[in-house]
Amino acid sequence: MSKLKKKSELEPGAIPFKSSKEYETGDWGITYPKIDYNKCTKCTLCHFFCPEGAINVREDGYTEVDYRYCKGCGICSHECPVKCIEMIVKK
Amino acid sequence: MSELTLKNLSKKPDLICPGARLCSGCDETIIVRLVLKATRGPTIVTNATGCLEVATTSFPYTAWDLPWIHSAFENTAATASGIEAAIKAMKKRKEGPLSNFENIDVLAFAGDGGTYDIGFQALSGAIERGHDFTYILLDNEAYMNTGIQRSGATPFSASTTTSPAGKIFLGKTENKKPLDEIIIAHALPYFATINAAWPLDVIKKTRKGIDINGPTFLHAIVPCSRGWRFPPEKTIEISRLAVQTCIFPLYEVNNYKGKTTYELSSPSLSIAKRPETKKTVEEYLKQQGRFSHLFKPEINKEYLKQIQETVDLKWSILLDKCGI
Repeated sequence: MSKLKKKSELEPGAIPFKSSKEYETGDWGITYPKIDYNKCTKCTLCHFFCPEGAINVREDGYTEVDYRYCKGCGICSHECPVKCIEMIVKK
Repeated sequence: MSELTLKNLSKKPDLICPGARLCSGCDETIIVRLVLKATRGPTIVTNATGCLEVATTSFPYTAWDLPWIHSAFENTAATASGIEAAIKAMKKRKEGPLSNFENIDVLAFAGDGGTYDIGFQALSGAIERGHDFTYILLDNEAYMNTGIQRSGATPFSASTTTSPAGKIFLGKTENKKPLDEIIIAHALPYFATINAAWPLDVIKKTRKGIDINGPTFLHAIVPCSRGWRFPPEKTIEISRLAVQTCIFPLYEVNNYKGKTTYELSSPSLSIAKRPETKKTVEEYLKQQGRFSHLFKPEINKEYLKQIQETVDLKWSILLDKCGI
């Protein structure tokens, strides 16, 4: 991202914002999810239920967790229809 | 986007990026992500003060990948109508930055405090004036951001910091404000209740609301793990239980030329067709710490019966309206 602009350089109404992607929340959680790809059925429900948008769908249809942002809430593991996501306690 | 299916939509990038500072397991961003997946193109969002606003835009970061305007608690609907009026004016004069776009959708997000209590008159006025915007109410049933104070949306007997459960009063003594009926009475073109446990239902209803020319209202229930006091992984489960117990039925209301028609959505329709699948309110209440005083030290049958009777009555009234 670009540097913050000075107040005099701004257009009216604009505020110098950075994307929150720079603020990585991955270290908040005490657990992290691990997907078992042998059981996964590509239903992508975990992608829709993730509050952070940290579960992305890959080209091949499987989902993958972005550990930079995962807060470890465990919704994906709790809601997975085939129970292929396991929550593992961080060491 | 050709067709609204989960497979197609899973490839659409999120318009709210990760890195927001909401609690883990918060339902608000699930609803917001689903709603933003339903957008057609250029969209402007306005957001009332609340958890969502505070957590997504901590200076100097923003989680929104689209134009976003902050407004105070009371004037989200007024801001939304202002945006819509500005778009119209620029198109009429054929000048200004917004005049080149064919369709610009206006979305307004607000919590229950900013809708039930503080922002109500602005909302009522904006719906009456008939501005083209979609208002999404994120109802977590208390002022969660400031420390779980009671609001007009807090249900009967829920314990909050300003209506604590003690020896004399067991939580809030009043019922939840019937906002849905009040909004429907404005005879707006489209009203719907949405629930994150059914993602495709949320997306389809949002798209319908955006497509309709005029004010549309979506009421979302948003379980809050901090304020309702349950473990964060149960967010979706409790959200689903709210529908299965008929505490928060899913339905749509269309108004065409002054005639209002009610229609149950499939999760609630299946309960209406097979009443034996309806769960008791006890299953919903006992999962939440804010109702723990009804179960400890002994089960308060009187209160549970009262809550069940209220829910049954409201459900039967809704079934009558839907003609079932």
